[in-house]
Amino acid sequence: MSDTQEIHGKVKAFILREFLDGEDPSALGPTTQMFTTGILDSIATLKLVAFLEKEFDISIEAHEADAQNLDTLDDIARLVAAKR
Amino acid sequence: MSLHDILVRSAARHPDRVALREPGGRTLSYRELDALSDRLRDRLAAMGVGRGDRVGLHLHKSIDAVASIFGILKCGAAYVPVDPTAPATRNGYILADCSVKALIVEAPQREAVGAEMERLGARPMVIAPEGVGGGEPLRAALADHDAGSPAPAATTVASAPDELAYILYTSGSTGRPKGVMLTHLNATSFVRWCSDTLAPVASDTFSSHAPFHFDLSILDIYLPLSHGAALVLIPEATGKEPLALGELIARERITVWYSTPSILSLLVQYGKLDTLDGSSLRTVLFAGEVFPVVHLRALKALWPRPRYVNLYGPTETNVCTWYEIPALVPPDRTEPFPIGRVCSHLEGIVLGPGGEPVPAGQEGELCIRGAGVTRGYWNLPEQTSRAFLERPDGGRWYRTGDLVMAEPGGDLKFLGRNDRMVKKRGYRVELGEIEAGLYRHPAVREAAVVAVPDAEAGLKIRAHLVTRDGARLSIIELKRFCGTLLPSYMIPDGFSFHAELPRTSTDKTDYQRLIQMA
Repeated sequence: MSDTQEIHGKVKAFILREFLDGEDPSALGPTTQMFTTGILDSIATLKLVAFLEKEFDISIEAHEADAQNLDTLDDIARLVAAKR
Repeated sequence: MSLHDILVRSAARHPDRVALREPGGRTLSYRELDALSDRLRDRLAAMGVGRGDRVGLHLHKSIDAVASIFGILKCGAAYVPVDPTAPATRNGYILADCSVKALIVEAPQREAVGAEMERLGARPMVIAPEGVGGGEPLRAALADHDAGSPAPAATTVASAPDELAYILYTSGSTGRPKGVMLTHLNATSFVRWCSDTLAPVASDTFSSHAPFHFDLSILDIYLPLSHGAALVLIPEATGKEPLALGELIARERITVWYSTPSILSLLVQYGKLDTLDGSSLRTVLFAGEVFPVVHLRALKALWPRPRYVNLYGPTETNVCTWYEIPALVPPDRTEPFPIGRVCSHLEGIVLGPGGEPVPAGQEGELCIRGAGVTRGYWNLPEQTSRAFLERPDGGRWYRTGDLVMAEPGGDLKFLGRNDRMVKKRGYRVELGEIEAGLYRHPAVREAAVVAVPDAEAGLKIRAHLVTRDGARLSIIELKRFCGTLLPSYMIPDGFSFHAELPRTSTDKTDYQRLIQMA
């Protein structure tokens, strides 16, 4: 499994479990917008960032934790991959 | 005294002191704030806005927005602030509902809100700054109008105590937000109480964390400006980021902080406060919901110096009770602190189900009267009369809907609600308004929304749905749909699908069962 696929899988599982309980996993695609469309809120951002820092052993700065870097699974994977 | 006299007097007394600060360095002195709000007053007056009118305020938190508030008040009108991050459908409804004569809206949002209002038959006059920041966009917009025909200098209206100063819309159980009407006296009596109780000084630096459509903003704006102090305007986005907020408090040397407990809890958990300098703080005020003691204790350990005060009250009264948190919070305490005693500018009674006052130790509904209490809801006489109780003593009491009990020492303890209103992140949420939103979804046949206690978030909102064809709907699609109708704090956290909703023996939706199902 490639690095990006691994990140995608783990993050997707976390988001489905924490914020989209009961959603059909296929509905959450790599480019589904989450923050800019109200699917996830500001508190979800904090939880997601805490998860990413712990799971991937990286450090995310406050200015990086915005909708631009975290809006889609692709955005998140890109941020995490760049940090590892 | 009119509410805007606060600025006029302070501008005369402390013309060169800084009144407003935006993070990033832009400031406005009292003299400049007075002058900029005069220019808006003149323009609004030239548009025919005056006593008895309402003006919509659709601006992000900024110097421009505060100057606009004073400009509106100075021409004798009441301001109606809306959440600039809420959907245009909701804001358009609010501004049309109270038939604003003029609207101050940032240009990028003008079209969407204007179209929504037009659909409802409302066509206000518009002042549309290109954006906000430092007062420049507002100045430029006024200069544009002046280039057409200059607005002659108008006089500042001496509004009477019982004239409306602002209308704050809160969640409404019928599915539509309702406007709480507040007068100049409502606000000035509260600000005077704050001055006596909190004793601010000109060297203070206040935070403005709450948005202007939220009643916490009344203390934020008018208390520091009464005393020649400075107000730091925290933009909406920064307000949600605990790390950025902790840094802002240290950098701006905030001395008086006021917010909901939610954001303080987030600061404790995510704000890295142990690495930041919080030594400037001397007062921490919180209101809007119950503060979990575990987070309050942790906050006091991180910021040991300030005085902590729990302020309580609905928008209809603004703060009506207060409680000073003791210096030491026992390590084994888990029970939330009381809401305390009724503020001295108001009177309170606790009434039993039959409307009779109950003795200490017994549960009852808290009712409030006095100078700070609203006269009612905009254009909703029935809801207004239901909200008040005429008592044999001749008094007209506002029924808070909050169930309380007086402790032996006299402090009031909050026990819960007698209806379906809940607090999420300090915001009032009528679960019925969310249901009304869900019913607008074409595939939804029945909707029942409940609030479920949650250790981390305080509570979570869960929607139980029956769909037309019995199929499950996409959670993502449902959240997105709600996002087009409701502000983000009202979007349900979770959804469940049922063949039918559970019923009570009287065939009503069994909300208790639904809460237990979560």
